[in-house]
Amino acid sequence: MLKIKTPKSGRIKRDLEKRAPKLVETRKKTLILHGTKTSSVLNSVLTEIHHLKKDNSIKYSRRNDKIRPFESGGETSLEFFSLKTDCSLFVFASHTKKRPNNLVIGRFYDHHIYDLVEVGIENFRSVGSFSYDMKLAPQLGSKPFFAFIGEAFESVDELKHLKEVLLDLFRGEVITNLNLAGLDRVYVCTALSPNRVFFSHFALRLKKSGTKVPRMELVEVGPSMDMVVRRHHQPDDSLRKEAMKMAPDSTKKKEKNVVKDDILGKLGKIYIPDQKVGSVPLANKSKGVKRERREAKAAKGEGDNPTTPKKQKQDSE
Amino acid sequence: MAISFLLGFGVYAVSPPPPTSALQHPPSPLSLSHTNRVTEMEEAQYEIDLGNLTAFDQHHQFASPPTSREEIVKETIEQATKLVQAVADALFNLPSTEDPDGPLVKLPPPTAKFPREKPLPKPRPPTQWEVFAQQKGIQKRKKEKMAYDEQTGTWKRLHGYDRVNDDNDIPIIDAKATDEPGTDPFAERRKEKKSRVDKQEGNRLKNLKNAQKAGALPSHIQLAATALPITGTQSQPKKVSKDVLQNVAGMAATATASGGKFDKKLPGEKPLKHEKKYRKYLPAVEGSGMGTIEKQQTENVLNRLMSKHSHQILNVEKAVNMYNVKREKHQRRQGGQSSNSGKFKANKKSFKKTSNKGHSSSSKGKSK
Repeated sequence: MLKIKTPKSGRIKRDLEKRAPKLVETRKKTLILHGTKTSSVLNSVLTEIHHLKKDNSIKYSRRNDKIRPFESGGETSLEFFSLKTDCSLFVFASHTKKRPNNLVIGRFYDHHIYDLVEVGIENFRSVGSFSYDMKLAPQLGSKPFFAFIGEAFESVDELKHLKEVLLDLFRGEVITNLNLAGLDRVYVCTALSPNRVFFSHFALRLKKSGTKVPRMELVEVGPSMDMVVRRHHQPDDSLRKEAMKMAPDSTKKKEKNVVKDDILGKLGKIYIPDQKVGSVPLANKSKGVKRERREAKAAKGEGDNPTTPKKQKQDSE
Repeated sequence: MAISFLLGFGVYAVSPPPPTSALQHPPSPLSLSHTNRVTEMEEAQYEIDLGNLTAFDQHHQFASPPTSREEIVKETIEQATKLVQAVADALFNLPSTEDPDGPLVKLPPPTAKFPREKPLPKPRPPTQWEVFAQQKGIQKRKKEKMAYDEQTGTWKRLHGYDRVNDDNDIPIIDAKATDEPGTDPFAERRKEKKSRVDKQEGNRLKNLKNAQKAGALPSHIQLAATALPITGTQSQPKKVSKDVLQNVAGMAATATASGGKFDKKLPGEKPLKHEKKYRKYLPAVEGSGMGTIEKQQTENVLNRLMSKHSHQILNVEKAVNMYNVKREKHQRRQGGQSSNSGKFKANKKSFKKTSNKGHSSSSKGKSK
């Protein structure tokens, strides 16, 4: 016998609906955690990434022993966490002698590992080491610009993968309407060599220029580090194909108030709101403001006769 | 140099203006050689993805191998500024609407494709009612919230507290000609309503099960098994097939003394495959004395018994020995009167042949 179980409170129902698969997906949550051993560099890297993505990231503070993303049995813990927290991106830090300052960035599809990129962090400079005018600091959650420099991003497989993953990690929500006044950060990745990327974060300053487009000025702020690509794991072709499936095009919006008539052709209806007779504010026609009066006064000032007979204005108000 | 545009929304190649129009740029106090270098770099085409606010410069190469960290940083800042400027150019030229916070721009969809995080939701199969409505051509009609209640003469809501046509509010029910004197019409109404509600619940469960089979169960609903099968697993109990169910009644019937003949049958239940007990009685009257059928029956039984257990019934060797011993005694008593008394040798062979109809000669492997 089966029983229908429904949530008893609206909050739980809304949470469940948020976690359900949607036709068009907008935001991805990130899980930040570390393994058996971390270094101070890695600790600050993790906290800074967490700050950059404050709204949609979850940071675990305890160490997790059994996680080895690149081994076949070692990702069950990760998948369980992804299921519980509904995260589809993760950043996993670990520090070993063989791979010092190791950071694994990965994605999930349907709460199973989709792809992984392993980078080593070198030459890390944290947010505190940059001094800049506090007014320029980028706001939390603003949509960032991205700049990728170097042909290696196109030619080398690993860097191409890293580019995709970094874009996914930092781009935030996919939106259609953007407020141009709220653009204030840029992430810049420069390929220094086929396996080394210089990643940095700048604040934007929009300066007045002659045209509509303001002049951009970059101020270094935020973490900067060298990423050395170590390993990466691409998904199978079939899995990739399934994950890249797009939602079918939504049905076109119905054109309202338009009727196609056989005889008359295309007819449209226009609805005019009621005229508010009686509550329209009157124009500001106070005596001193009227242009004729001002001009007359100016002319009078030059003229001789101060007392001119008052003219009767017939035309209207 | 012609400006070329790629097909598609947000990506287009920003082709650099020809060197002669470098003068259109804000005048820089730098020397001519520097402007040449700048335009040379601008020759490169940036890939711009407006939906993601991304610019990708494929053709940049460090003019000289970077010596120190500051060099790298400086070079990066320069290049990045150019890239971001290119994106901003495209961005600010989009049609914008004014807003109290600032100009709002409608971004084109991003060109770079990213993998989904969850599989596409599957469409829900139509419910029983939807199938029926489609078949009959029934259109959905918008219901009013209020209805006029004649009894009180006011407008009341259709569902909920103080509603129109509430079952509990009816004070008097007129008896119809078909009603029997003892029945309680209020109880009848309540029973009918309950049966309607239960039927609807059953239909709802059926629709949800169909949706679950198609993989399209609504996210806030779970179907849980109320009773676990004896195996203790979480799987649903195995469904019994129709034929087995039809035979179950017959199987249970054999437990009764009358072979299920007087069991109350449900409407639509098929008659039992094998009525009565598994016992056949011989006809009462058939010839005189032992009828042929009875004779045959007993003969069959006896033959089978004898053939199977012949070795137990008659121990041939012992019988032969006894016979021989008896004969010897008899001869000794009679003295040597007749000496040509040939001992009978047991003709084991013949006996065994008649008794064993195809059975093995040794009793070793036989089961008793």
